[in-house]
Amino acid sequence: MNTANDLLTIRNLTTSFRIKETYHAAVEDVSLSLKKNEVLAIVGESGCGKSTLATTIVGLHNEVNTKVTGEIHYNNQNLTQLNEQQFNRLRGNDIGFIFQDPLSALNPLMRIGEQIAEGLVYHTKLSKQQRAERVLELLNQVGISNPERVARQFPHQLSGGMRQRVMIAIALSCKPSILIADEPTTALDVTIQAQILDLLKALQSETETGIILITHDLGVVAEMADRVAVMYAGEVVEEAPVQELFKNAKHPYTRSLLNSIPQTHSENERLEVIQGMVPSLKNLPREGCRFSARIPWIDASAHERKPQLHEIAPGHFVRCTCWKHFHLEGEEGGGAV
Amino acid sequence: MWKTIVRRTLLMIPQMFVLSLIIFILAKQMPGDPFTGLITPETDPSRIEELRIQSGFYDPWYVQYYHWITNAFQGDFGQSYTYKIAVSTLIGERALNTFWLALLSAVLVYAIAIPLGMIAGRKQDTLYDKSITLYSFISYAIPTFVLGLIFLYIFGYRLMWFPTSGTVDVGVEPGTLEYYWNRIYHLILPAMTYAILGTTTIIQYLRSEIIDAKTQDYVKTARSKGVPMKRIYRRHIFRNSLLPIAAFLGFTITGLLGGSIFIETIFGFPGMGQLFIHSITSRDYSVITALVMLYGFLALLGSLLSDIIMSIVDPRIRID
Repeated sequence: MNTANDLLTIRNLTTSFRIKETYHAAVEDVSLSLKKNEVLAIVGESGCGKSTLATTIVGLHNEVNTKVTGEIHYNNQNLTQLNEQQFNRLRGNDIGFIFQDPLSALNPLMRIGEQIAEGLVYHTKLSKQQRAERVLELLNQVGISNPERVARQFPHQLSGGMRQRVMIAIALSCKPSILIADEPTTALDVTIQAQILDLLKALQSETETGIILITHDLGVVAEMADRVAVMYAGEVVEEAPVQELFKNAKHPYTRSLLNSIPQTHSENERLEVIQGMVPSLKNLPREGCRFSARIPWIDASAHERKPQLHEIAPGHFVRCTCWKHFHLEGEEGGGAV
Repeated sequence: MWKTIVRRTLLMIPQMFVLSLIIFILAKQMPGDPFTGLITPETDPSRIEELRIQSGFYDPWYVQYYHWITNAFQGDFGQSYTYKIAVSTLIGERALNTFWLALLSAVLVYAIAIPLGMIAGRKQDTLYDKSITLYSFISYAIPTFVLGLIFLYIFGYRLMWFPTSGTVDVGVEPGTLEYYWNRIYHLILPAMTYAILGTTTIIQYLRSEIIDAKTQDYVKTARSKGVPMKRIYRRHIFRNSLLPIAAFLGFTITGLLGGSIFIETIFGFPGMGQLFIHSITSRDYSVITALVMLYGFLALLGSLLSDIIMSIVDPRIRID
């Protein structure tokens, strides 16, 4: 898992939030790595901890009510040990961040150009004139056709797609080596989604940035990702190269997720869903297989007592042993071993 | 934007017309007539009747309204029955006093409330915040006349730092520098009283706006750019939090111009509030109608001002 090629290595990361007097882990014992020029997708339902993971990496979590343990290695630094000042030097400069909703993520009172240039003030020695030029260059790069005009406009004057392009320009302004995109297309309509994904892909091949793509949209994963980590209830339950995952998913959760994608060509008119719901942070089972409650037809003996990640094929990790006995509800017999 | 301002100003004409009509009709409903105050035991009733006919008391109401409104347009609101001078002169004098008091009060209110609100919001739940909230509760709970009297007693009567009444000392040559300083000197105590009591809403509003703004996504974006918190407060949070305060600015200013009855009475300050109360108790109709007209005009002006201010500070509100 750990090679010299790694841009970012996360080891045994646990992020806990305080609710009243006790800490509850929203991300538990997560180990992942990101290579140069790679797109790592993190997939899961709402509340599975994927956004928490993203904000922990760049230290954007609430310091008072959050406890972080484990290591995040980037460039010979352990990010979990940084203070605010050290983080400020890193954020925007080495790691860019794209948020879900580009309208609320942009300051409504500030001109676009000013918002893009803001990061440049802290991470570059460019003069005001040079910063203005760089802003136009960036707007051009993200495919905005009249950058001079857009730079003088306010966020509400732009369309959703344009705003997300501006967000991408902000994230890329200081040429970061890592880009974290937290559901970058969720707030956009479908045609714009495709454009934004194409843009991200084009920019990535140009700049060799490593991208961590957080999403719940498996279509986006298929389009963008090189490797996929599936998260459930704060844990990584399966990790595999994207082809392998779509062809050969093993973990019951991943298989149920894939099964619930509506198929246009299928005769089946029923929308497949996963029974039950993600347990809330306070009620999360801390022992045994966390997914067992949602596949009650699988015998309890199929689960490991302390489920571990097992490498079942090169680069393909699955947590717990229950996948060996798993079959989708209604299917006959046990799953293939 | 100028088009909107002109349009809004033109819209005020029908509003003022309706307002003037209502005021006129209400004034006509009040008991008595302008001459009631002139009656003495020696007055000949036929003389009063004569005066009534002369002044157009028996004309149809629309004729009376027409006379009143055309004169009002020329700045002539008639004579004050109690002060025996032109209403416009009387109000003009008082309005000037109130204007300076309002100006100083407004400056003090914002100068106190904005920094306190910012500290309370930024250092939420700390000792700073709690002390400021305590101050807010106390200042909100004290009635104007109590604080006014306390100030008057301590700073005016005991310590003798400030004058206890009036707008200017007798014998100071008007137009000199000393004269203006003397006027400001008289304003300080009433303005402080107003300011201390008027800060509560702005402090608490600003505090909750800042606490709300802190969790907004654009703050996260700014942090993800590596911008230090200090600058995020200055450039992102404060600017957004001050919007609703700016929205009230127009109303606050014109509200202050209406004068404060309590403060003016306690500090013996001849302003609009005092004039209004006096004109009601002495049934000085021409003054009452003129003042109510003026208050109505100020309210309309306040909303116009607020709209203009909002369109300047918030780019999302561009009234074209």
